[in-house]
Amino acid sequence: MADIKLAFIVQRLPYKSENPKLAATHAMAYQTVEILLEDGQTITPALCYIGEGVLNCVKDQKAMDIYGITSTEMHFKSCLLVDMDVYVCKDDLEKFGISEDRIADAEDMGADKKVQIVPFEAIQKVMNTANHLLFF
Amino acid sequence: MAVLTIGVFSSLIGSMNYDFALRLSDAAADKGHKVNLWFSGNAAGSPIKGQKHLKDYSHGEKPLKALLEKGIEICTCEACSVARGVNKTNAIEGVQWNAMHWYLAKIYSSDRVLHIGGE
Repeated sequence: MADIKLAFIVQRLPYKSENPKLAATHAMAYQTVEILLEDGQTITPALCYIGEGVLNCVKDQKAMDIYGITSTEMHFKSCLLVDMDVYVCKDDLEKFGISEDRIADAEDMGADKKVQIVPFEAIQKVMNTANHLLFF
Repeated sequence: MAVLTIGVFSSLIGSMNYDFALRLSDAAADKGHKVNLWFSGNAAGSPIKGQKHLKDYSHGEKPLKALLEKGIEICTCEACSVARGVNKTNAIEGVQWNAMHWYLAKIYSSDRVLHIGGE
């Protein structure tokens, strides 16, 4: 098998624990994993935010001002910058009353990739096609 | 023989998840499986040596050493560890230090992955 698909599922709140950030940093490691793999072996990550995890995706986070740490939003945007597929559950955004225009994107950083706000069914399809699921 | 990679993100003290991960690793190794253990997040504070074994708390040092002796590969996230004051001079010998791509590379060649998230 040349390519392994990993689905990183984020369902925890931002800042209450470090898990959402770790999901993003672990997913981004697909960029450097090739140094430990053979030629032709690749890992393709997908980062999916569901449940309370969608709160990680809200833009204009002030983590640096308040906590003195980089924001979860920056991690989210960095994933888009490295061309990762990033999915946000539309159903859960609606449950929290969060409109789609409040979700961060990385256009200001020059990212070509756009966040994909999709129904939970679409995220289930991503999970079904993944070789391994990693819940954060 | 299968290859099992376990990612542990929970702390040594505070829940029994870490303890469970080590016991599962031990059982899998005893059955002849190849096991890789990855520590990140709060679990990266666990490979520190000189732990005092108090009866009320989970204890990681002796079990970790035993797993290393069985040939289980154990690696900690360097950034997560040093952020918690664990560095190569005060860490348990035999534990590897690397970045998150170590975990992904082990996942690549694993038959099963068990990802035990943090608190």
